[in-house]
Amino acid sequence: MENCNFQELDSIIEKYRDKSGNLIPVLHEVQNKVGYLPMDVQKYVAAKLKVPFSKVYGVVTFYSFFSTTPKGKHTIGVCLGTACYVKGVEGIVEKIKEELEIETGGTSNDGRFTMTITRCLGACSMAPVMMIDEKVYGQLTPEKIPDILDKY
Amino acid sequence: MLININHRQYEAQPGQTILDIARANGIEIPTLCHHPALSIAGACRMCVVECDNRLVASCTTPARDGMEILTDSKRVIGGRKTILDLILSDHPLDCMTCEANGDCKVQDLAYQYDLRESSFGSKRESRFSIRADNPFLEVDPDKCILCGRCVRVDHEIQCSYAIDFVHRGFDSIVGTPFEEGLDGDNSTCVFCGQCVEMCPTGALTYKPSKGKGRDYEFQKIVTTCPYCGVGCQLELHVKDNKVIKVGSVYQVGSPNPVGETCVKGRFGYGYVNHEDRLTTPLIKRNGQFEEVSWDEALDYVAQKLIQIKEIYGSKAIAGFSSAKCTNEENYVMQKFIRAVVGTNSVDHCARLCHASTVAGLARAFGSGAMTNSIGEVEESDVIFVIGSNPTENHPVIGSKIKRALKKGAKLIVADPREIELTGLADVAIYQQPGTDVALVNGLMHVIIQEGLYDQTFVEERTVNFELLESIVAGYNPEKVSAITRVPAKDIIRAARLFASANKGSIYYAMGITQHKTGTDNVLSLANLAMLTGNLGRESTGVNPLRGQNNVQGACDLGALPNVYPGYQAVNLPENKAKFEKAWGTQLSDDIGLTVVEILNAAGKDIKGLYIMGENPVLSDPDQNHVIAALESLDLLVVQDIFLTETAQYADVVLPAASFAEKNGTFTNTERRIQRVRKAIDAPGQSRYDWEIICDLAQRMDYAMSYDSAAEIMEEIAELTPIYGGIHFDRLEGTGLQWPCSSREHQGTKFLHQGQFTHGKGKFHTVSYIPPAEEPDSEYSYLLMTGRMLYHFHTGTMSRRSPAIDQYEPDAYVEINLADAKRLGIEDGERVRVTSRRGEVETYARVGERVQEGQLFMPFHYAESPANRLTNPVLDVIAKIPELKVSAVKLEKVNM
Repeated sequence: MENCNFQELDSIIEKYRDKSGNLIPVLHEVQNKVGYLPMDVQKYVAAKLKVPFSKVYGVVTFYSFFSTTPKGKHTIGVCLGTACYVKGVEGIVEKIKEELEIETGGTSNDGRFTMTITRCLGACSMAPVMMIDEKVYGQLTPEKIPDILDKY
Repeated sequence: MLININHRQYEAQPGQTILDIARANGIEIPTLCHHPALSIAGACRMCVVECDNRLVASCTTPARDGMEILTDSKRVIGGRKTILDLILSDHPLDCMTCEANGDCKVQDLAYQYDLRESSFGSKRESRFSIRADNPFLEVDPDKCILCGRCVRVDHEIQCSYAIDFVHRGFDSIVGTPFEEGLDGDNSTCVFCGQCVEMCPTGALTYKPSKGKGRDYEFQKIVTTCPYCGVGCQLELHVKDNKVIKVGSVYQVGSPNPVGETCVKGRFGYGYVNHEDRLTTPLIKRNGQFEEVSWDEALDYVAQKLIQIKEIYGSKAIAGFSSAKCTNEENYVMQKFIRAVVGTNSVDHCARLCHASTVAGLARAFGSGAMTNSIGEVEESDVIFVIGSNPTENHPVIGSKIKRALKKGAKLIVADPREIELTGLADVAIYQQPGTDVALVNGLMHVIIQEGLYDQTFVEERTVNFELLESIVAGYNPEKVSAITRVPAKDIIRAARLFASANKGSIYYAMGITQHKTGTDNVLSLANLAMLTGNLGRESTGVNPLRGQNNVQGACDLGALPNVYPGYQAVNLPENKAKFEKAWGTQLSDDIGLTVVEILNAAGKDIKGLYIMGENPVLSDPDQNHVIAALESLDLLVVQDIFLTETAQYADVVLPAASFAEKNGTFTNTERRIQRVRKAIDAPGQSRYDWEIICDLAQRMDYAMSYDSAAEIMEEIAELTPIYGGIHFDRLEGTGLQWPCSSREHQGTKFLHQGQFTHGKGKFHTVSYIPPAEEPDSEYSYLLMTGRMLYHFHTGTMSRRSPAIDQYEPDAYVEINLADAKRLGIEDGERVRVTSRRGEVETYARVGERVQEGQLFMPFHYAESPANRLTNPVLDVIAKIPELKVSAVKLEKVNM
């Protein structure tokens, strides 16, 4: 945990103290702050909220939103739904892998991107599509990828 | 209301589920995730029934008036088969080699519903790997059906929160954080085995019994645990005269109603069938033990005892009875010393643990035992734990305290160390060892000053309040803070919190009793309970947690030098006359010597010592002195199950039977007399302790013989008013709690209701006196000794139980991080601890459990005996040594 100290987490935890059902919102904000939820952070949250460590870990591993490994600054979600598949999204995936030198689910060495595969994003008319963070990119071709990535 | 099940009407109560009503009426509904002691999960759906034409889970559906239920319709059976079919599709079909074969609900249901394989295809490949990193449990997630019973028993009963569901969907397993395993660095698992007991399949199994027998091959015997004073009921699983494993007993009213026990109860049985067991009598000749016949051994002992008696008189002989042995054996032992030898010098290890409780509470209330019952703690609203570490030393009570906290109880913990409960406390106090009187006086000062005491209780039920008031007036929080090093504000907070209790209970153990001022400490707690009116009602009281399985019973049955069985004083002529008549012989008026006094007099006034099931070389203070004392005796007889460190010094060693090999009773810390039942035959020529002593008495011309332990209890009942109603035929089930005066008496759950045993409760004025030895420039650390979760007392049993000793094999001393840093000591390094009485090498355990300047050592380890260091200075009233405070030096051993 290089980019955060535990004191910074205290203000988040303090905000939700004594509120029932506080574990998920706390983990959510903590992950936003730290980037992911490594063991030390989960232990710290557990101790501070007086929730068993086993429960924290159970929640973290249940929700796909939470990650126990470092995530890139930006998350690329490439749609592997039927329409995108037909429209050749595989070539997009290969191009991203090549550009960032990563495997699916991995994070680029410079920490800028994590690439994941998603189900249908509901933008089939624009297939093939991908999302970077909250923004959708459609009608992709492998050639467009470097320019898009350069924006981040 | 009425509901119809399978076209018949049944009575139903509001709140009952369909499953409850069906089970209460003997109607079978299969379940996998349900257990009556756990919360309802409704996870497996195996219990489906047809309810008003819908399929519902009977475990989660409350009964409604007029409901029409079918439990075995075609639709119901079809539904269950589908569920089972789905379970089997992800469950290996390896019953042939599965440890749970014969004790598996999935297997039973597959058999019942005739499902050989899943129609969805069978599981041929493992999806997970087996985890067996620890010596106790094996976890096979491929066999797990995710019913969650293990998770619920862990969270709801044991309260360790070691496991939970982790991951999601098809990858879900019951696991530990970051897959570290049950013995991982961050694991909170304490290996109680409750999860294994709850598992309906072979997903969780015991390692030590792996491959050693099928469930249907075992004979199962319910008995009482031989370790601590909780008195858990256990089920020994026996095959070929061996204890193979320990199962749970579910019995409302037991100290462990939901089958709870700790790692020692569950895995500490290996010693019973250990190859080190003594099997023949031994006599030492020319420094070597030689095997001899019983006749030769007993003739020799009888002749030597008679000789010592003739030359030096009866008073030159003493006996150590045993808190490990049964009530019946303790009775016979003290009778032997009193009636056959003719002295009252019989004592036992209660002298080293709760002698000050017996003395203190008898003075304050008239009865020296735990006032309330174990289960009552769950209903207390404020719990004060002082000088006791229940989650390690009385783990089942520790879990009950945690359950009380879940229900909203407040907790005050006063302990020099950071124990597990400290982390859960509303007020955590770290008093300087040996300053308890000052601390409790400080609490009472605040309570009186602020008018928070129970005036009615004090006026109606107690005497001497004015004396108390005047003495505690001198203990204001600032002064107490200076003595105890506890911040004044914490003293005030703790006082207010305890005074606010409606049902406040006090729990304490050796941290209070093992001091030069042990009796004073106990009196202080009695004062506090009386002042706040927390006595004579449920879930209140002063509750000493007794250390040994039968230390309460050994005291009750008169293995003490000042009282006959039932605390009848030896120096009261009417008592003496009563026992002289019953035992048909003349008895001594003189109060006998206590354990430490006997050892001090060894070689001088004491020439012969008969030790039954005690190990003073490791348990008593100042080991070098103890050894010298034993060596100076003309005759030392040790009767035990192993050749203990003490037995090494014996002239004669007599092999005895272990708890698994005999019938009898133990009395637990809540005064409950429970049965001990013979499960296997004793090895070789070893015999029951009471038989050996009776045989010896005969050889000393005293007629003493019994046919059974039950017959001994009949004699006890006749002579011991508090045990007057105790007969073996009444002890099936949950036993009886004394006082129990007659056959009709149902026993006593809590003491002092309406009035104290001796009328009014007496406040005693107690002033703070510092410990005998305090750190100085040469011996600059304060050493405390005690127990830890995995081992017990002198380790004779727990260290011969392989799984436990494999997990926790080494002695250690707890050192504060700051001290370790200063001395350049790393965790796990060898260190030397030296007191004025001796030195010991051990491993450093560096952390923040102890405060700076303080050390803690468990006394279980013969290779690093903590009691070589301890101070034998005694409490003047109770004669208990100050085992909790010694001044020592600490240094690194340069290898």
